[in-house]
Amino acid sequence: MARVLVGVKRVIDYAVKIRVKPDKSGVVTDGVKHSMNPFDEIAVEEAVRMKEKKLASEVIAVSCGPAQSQETLRTALAMGADRAIHVEVVGAEYETMQPIHVAKILAKLSKDEKADIVIVGKQAIDDDSNQTAQMTAALLDWPQGTFASKVEKTDAGLTITREIDGGLETIKTKVPAVISADLRLNEPRYATLPNIMKAKKKTLKKMTAKDLGVDLAPRIKIVSVEDPPVRQAGSIVPDVDTLISKLKEGGHV
Amino acid sequence: MATAIVSSARQVGRLTNAARRLYSDVYPKITTHYTIHPRDKDPRWKEVNMERVAEETDILIIGGGPAGMAAAIRARQIAEEKGAEVRVTLLEKAAEIGGHILSGACVDPIALNELFPDWREKGAPLNTPVTSDKFGLLTKTGRIPIPVFAGLPNYNHGNYVVRLGHLVRWLSEQAEALGAEVWPGCAGADLIYRDDGSLKGVATGDVGIAKDGSPKDMFERGMEFHSKITIFAEGCHGHLTKMVSSKFNLREKSEPQSYGIGLKELWEVKPEHHKPGLVEHTIGWPLDKNTYGGSFIYHLNAAEGEAPLVAVGFVVGLDYVNPYLSPFREFQRFKLHPYVKPMFEGGARVAYGARALVEGGWQCLPVPVFPGGCLAGDTAGYLNVPRIKGTHNAMKSGMLAAESAMELILSGEASHDKGVVPTLYEDKLKESYVYKELKQVRNCRPSFHTKLGMYGGIAYSAFSTLVRGKEPWTLSHGGADHAKLKPAKECQPIEYPKPDGVVTFDLLSSVALTGTNHESDQPPHLTLKDDTVPVKRNLGVFDGPEARFCPAGVYEYVPLETGDGQRLQINAQNCIHCKTCDIKDPSQNINWVVPEGGGGPAYNGM
Repeated sequence: MARVLVGVKRVIDYAVKIRVKPDKSGVVTDGVKHSMNPFDEIAVEEAVRMKEKKLASEVIAVSCGPAQSQETLRTALAMGADRAIHVEVVGAEYETMQPIHVAKILAKLSKDEKADIVIVGKQAIDDDSNQTAQMTAALLDWPQGTFASKVEKTDAGLTITREIDGGLETIKTKVPAVISADLRLNEPRYATLPNIMKAKKKTLKKMTAKDLGVDLAPRIKIVSVEDPPVRQAGSIVPDVDTLISKLKEGGHV
Repeated sequence: MATAIVSSARQVGRLTNAARRLYSDVYPKITTHYTIHPRDKDPRWKEVNMERVAEETDILIIGGGPAGMAAAIRARQIAEEKGAEVRVTLLEKAAEIGGHILSGACVDPIALNELFPDWREKGAPLNTPVTSDKFGLLTKTGRIPIPVFAGLPNYNHGNYVVRLGHLVRWLSEQAEALGAEVWPGCAGADLIYRDDGSLKGVATGDVGIAKDGSPKDMFERGMEFHSKITIFAEGCHGHLTKMVSSKFNLREKSEPQSYGIGLKELWEVKPEHHKPGLVEHTIGWPLDKNTYGGSFIYHLNAAEGEAPLVAVGFVVGLDYVNPYLSPFREFQRFKLHPYVKPMFEGGARVAYGARALVEGGWQCLPVPVFPGGCLAGDTAGYLNVPRIKGTHNAMKSGMLAAESAMELILSGEASHDKGVVPTLYEDKLKESYVYKELKQVRNCRPSFHTKLGMYGGIAYSAFSTLVRGKEPWTLSHGGADHAKLKPAKECQPIEYPKPDGVVTFDLLSSVALTGTNHESDQPPHLTLKDDTVPVKRNLGVFDGPEARFCPAGVYEYVPLETGDGQRLQINAQNCIHCKTCDIKDPSQNINWVVPEGGGGPAYNGM
């Protein structure tokens, strides 16, 4: 049976209106409602289902971030993960943490924990990077099945159906492998209170990137964060001639 | 001639409106919630295992606001003092503590001083001592200042302007440090009774019910908490409090509760308009003399690295009579007053929210105790209206509830087998400043109900304050808020200005700022006892007031898909849990029940 490592990220809740800080250095996060990245919820659900189907022996949830990331890990534990690892990253290092850093951390942990399958959400809803799964696979030199909408485990390995621009692509990979979860992979279960209470007793190990030999030195510098331009009001025109003249005026034709 | 045309145009408008109302013959099904359509008679639920996991706790607290948190803290303080093992469990429906908290707020620290004499060292976020009070009567274009001085209920020297959500979050950290269990994202949904009729505990809500009321694959039953004493601290007009009040007849000798709706925005303003510590209130415009309400503007100290913030809000008494009144739009147009508008120009609105406030006071207090539990805070109605303060009384009542519960538990009187009535709590309340304050100001709010309206109210309140409420009579509120709404044909529509997008805004962009959301595939939690009543009565007689008083755009009358006529559309996802609809529905047909835990607004320090 496989050991599954699931990466989860704490992000600003998708229903909250984002506000840019007055100094344009980032967005306001203090006191703002956060939750687990929705695609990561799907990843956790898939891992837990594998365990329920006896295809996986253990599910380990991992998150990189400040102390509050532990709340996200507790949710993963409540959904059915067996134990959790919190890689603490705070302050300026957290602001400039990029998928490359997370991928290095996940790769090292996968080796240390002898994971067979690494599964993460396809992208985080805050940065929309869509890089962590791919980079992790490359660092480990493992096959990858990204945008997975169906995962079947056989004795030979994994059969993964991927959502691609043209439709669906089905690939077969050996194990170990990296998977990134897309929307239609499953519908995650609720983390209900009895399970949240049980989760408090599950192990949550804290460590730093340094413990894993991963250098968090920034690869990028955030120059500025700005609001998108305010959408101009449209106008309704009375007839086609007016439409044409307005388009000409605006230099669109 | 022009006025004749305008008035006849209005008449034509009225007639076509009336015609549209009469022709709504089709009533699509709206309500699917199990409280209206029980599951034991529903074939889709036949095979579903409805067993619930149960846990025992000593004190169960429903609601993570100032009252609930103060109760949890006080109970655990006493437990530690006495070296007793007492389990305290608190359930809060918001996804994060503070997420559903909304208040002005100008807080009297009297209760906090008692709960934590060292709150300053502990870092409680009371960062803005009040430096000055201003009060004015607004006319359409001007303002008449009314002096505020010591002795008046709105004199705030010694008080603090706070962001109540942040204070509640701090209280929660203290509660957890003291060993209380705090569970956000958990909605108290059903009440559990013993065979003898006493309250045994509360069950959290089920999850995974589809919009049509059927079970989904991931359906999971809520869990039960059985307690020795349950403290309901749900805030104004709690839904479980509503059930328990009816079951135990707690309101038998009380006048129907009276309420207001409070809407609030947080603004970043230009430094020249920012006067930290300034507390301002107005009455008058834009409300007419017979509609109770007014505004508040509180200037907060800027935290490090933050822009200067001002909290601005507007309260409208829910005993208003004109169904065309929209509290949201009154709030928006208030900001256009020449005295008010300059402060917001060049500023940015960063938050919006709304919540009902309890205003009935003394005459409307329920019996706060019953077998197995008690009521604390605004859900019981301890807000002091002339002082515009409820937080200190909420906290004090929570502390008294905890003290009483602990006494009964430690003496063995309160147990899991028998629901004891914590009369000790009611006795302590009667001796405390909570009841004394409320009795003293009891006649102020009702004095606004005469034909003299606001002017009568101010004059009488001044008199009552002078004699410290010792006048030997008690004025009545004259009936429930919802019964005071007049039929549309007896009232004039109100012309509200269009939002300018700079100082005033439209409803939907405001709702977006609340961060509210709910799982969409669940039964609407705004349940209707009768799906035909909205169109027949609310629309037919009152022209659909719910579409105007809901501060989140939940209720909309939209044309039917086929034929003439309209139907009520409930946009349950928008709900910000303010409870106004349950209060003001003239047909009392709307019953607000709790949606799946974690849903609702995501206020940050409101």
